[in-house]
Amino acid sequence: MTSAAPVTAPGGAAAGAQELRTVLTVPGMHCAGCMAKVERTLAAISGVSAARVNLTARTVAVAHDQRATVPGLVAALAGAGFAAQPRLDLVEPASAVRPLLAPLAVAAFACMNVMLLSVSVWAGADGSTRVLFHWLSAAIGVPAIAYAGLPFFASAARALRRGTTNMDVPISIGVVLATGLSLHETVIGGAEAWFDGTLMLLLFLLAGRVLDAMMRDRARAGVDALLRQAPDGAMVVGEGGSLAWCTAADLQPGMVIRVGAGERLAADGTILTGTSRFDQSLLTGESVAIATGPGGKVLAGTLNLENPVDVRVIAAGADTSLADIARLMEAAGQVRSRHVRIADRAARLYAPAVHTLAAISFVGWMIAGAGVHHALVIAISVLIITCPCALGLAVPVAQVVAAGALMRRGVLVKDGSALERLATVDRALLDKTGTLTMGRPVPDAACLDALGGEGAAVALALASHSRHPLSQALAQALAARGVQAATIDAVVETPGQGLRAQWGTRAVALGRPAGAEGLATALTITGEPVRIIRFADAPRPDCAVALARLAGMGIDCAILSGDNPAAVAQMAALTGLPAQALASPAAKQAAITALQAAGARVLMVGDGLNDGPALAAANASIAPGSASDVGRQAADLVFTGDSLLALPRAVGVARATMRVVKQNFAMAIGYNVLAVPLAMAGLVTPLVAAVAMSTSSLLVIANSLRLARAARDPSRRGAA
Amino acid sequence: MTSLALLIPIALAMGLIGLGAFFWALRRGQFADLDGAAARILIDDEDDRVLP
Repeated sequence: MTSAAPVTAPGGAAAGAQELRTVLTVPGMHCAGCMAKVERTLAAISGVSAARVNLTARTVAVAHDQRATVPGLVAALAGAGFAAQPRLDLVEPASAVRPLLAPLAVAAFACMNVMLLSVSVWAGADGSTRVLFHWLSAAIGVPAIAYAGLPFFASAARALRRGTTNMDVPISIGVVLATGLSLHETVIGGAEAWFDGTLMLLLFLLAGRVLDAMMRDRARAGVDALLRQAPDGAMVVGEGGSLAWCTAADLQPGMVIRVGAGERLAADGTILTGTSRFDQSLLTGESVAIATGPGGKVLAGTLNLENPVDVRVIAAGADTSLADIARLMEAAGQVRSRHVRIADRAARLYAPAVHTLAAISFVGWMIAGAGVHHALVIAISVLIITCPCALGLAVPVAQVVAAGALMRRGVLVKDGSALERLATVDRALLDKTGTLTMGRPVPDAACLDALGGEGAAVALALASHSRHPLSQALAQALAARGVQAATIDAVVETPGQGLRAQWGTRAVALGRPAGAEGLATALTITGEPVRIIRFADAPRPDCAVALARLAGMGIDCAILSGDNPAAVAQMAALTGLPAQALASPAAKQAAITALQAAGARVLMVGDGLNDGPALAAANASIAPGSASDVGRQAADLVFTGDSLLALPRAVGVARATMRVVKQNFAMAIGYNVLAVPLAMAGLVTPLVAAVAMSTSSLLVIANSLRLARAARDPSRRGAA
Repeated sequence: MTSLALLIPIALAMGLIGLGAFFWALRRGQFADLDGAAARILIDDEDDRVLP
């Protein structure tokens, strides 16, 4: 989009000011209000000459000079409530739609004009007028067919070179033969030319391809925007205590990095100074935070929960424990690459059948005594009438409508084959931490009730002053209950100890309770007993309803977790599911392979790095939006809300999609059952072909549009 | 026939103009952000800043 780049500011700008262009990803933009806010916030910064949001890609392109810096832009957006991140590669990600738009436009233009001429021929033009019209049609049609047909010819050639066949092979053969026959008819001044039908076929098929590509582009843009959020780097402590930010790729063993509370480690290392607790749930599934002090080993990807610590890096980049998991994943994607899309499966049956029918017609008419020319015309008309016009739309239209419906309900579908694979699953394995549960500490409701009105107001006031994960969780939970913060002064935060402040005449504190087990914080108000607030990883909302619905769909669920047996047993008792604990990434993958060997089609639902290989190995996989990068990348579907109801909804829509696809196939085949005997009898004219083709395509589209409502809950009582 | 000789070139020319306009729009990035274009109409013009 070079032409979309801003023009350099005219004369009045400061001399020598260099025009810079920065692209920021802003995943939180959803609507016109967000767009306006982002653009106005950025435009108000001095040095920014233009800001333009791309809502599809969730990015904003900013034209600015040196007075506005990238961190300044990010900070301004953070002030407006949007998390932003500079996009490193300025190259637009390759779009699957754009290369198809030009052929689609050419096919549409040529189809309209040729149809205009064809209608006159059908209406009775003959003699020199008909010859003239046929020549005009050829002049428009042949170049247009050559150009608009290229995507199909190229794909068919690729398939044939590999010794396989796909939908594009019969399409290409039909198009080339029909064009050849029509040219021949035009030259000899014959009665019928098929340019209109051929172009209409290409137009409908290209429309199907564009829809398919559009779905992939949209979902990928959504997932990419989530992915780029990941902070990948660390604050490096230099000689003499200087601090500098360093990206994960540039970290070297031996460097000392400072990791604040609430930050994720970018490399494996040993602790030099400080003690803290580390949440390894993303890496191992272990839900209990592990306390580690000087000399203890900590792993990349774990979350520092309590105090800032200095860590000496012992492994970075490809040597970390993260990279081992990535290597496991590379080997795991075989089941999916073996999946043959339903359109291609249909083509494998369809192509030989169509070509046999055409050959039979040719031989039959030769035996019946017709000339070679007549027999050939009939054989080719059979090919044209059976060309999979409705078949080409049957799958993509249904999948695009379904994916759009799911996207509106917060489920991103990466591609159409994901829906096909998801529709067939009969077993589901669910990770525990972060998947069945929220994966973050949530304060115990009973403890919050026990705070009382004043206590809650003071707790919220204190907690809102800290970036500590527990404080943030507490503030979020209290704010969600509608608590108003009390007015406090002189707030002091001591790392590792907590917060102290004055509330009127009384001293108040929120901090680590002495000798408490597990995750907890203590609220102290002078003159009142100390109140302990416990935190636990809570199950996702609608967990029980979602699991019951999955069971009702005939899907056997089980828990497959890397967490300790006690925590898993608790969750298993709560959900009533069989469970396996202490599963390593390789063990999870092995469990799936074993089920697949026994004939099951497995859905894996997981979020962690440790689920990556399992997500890649399963027949279909779903990850929550809060998952690790690895999880989101490996999964076929990503759901953005908290509610687990996204699982039965996604499976339900996938099954409904396959039902509609099968109905569409039935319609397309039913049309052929009617039309082929006519064609073989030599009764099909270009007019009949044009009418039949467009009618069947419209029927298929109308049937697919019913899926727009598929993502609605079966009952209206669903979670808001 | 004389009317045809006039009308057919006109029809083709108009079609070609449409095709040309589409290609122009495609190259100018008009189809780069379809969701944004749909939402942009809803933005209120709170401030009519005149850009220099």
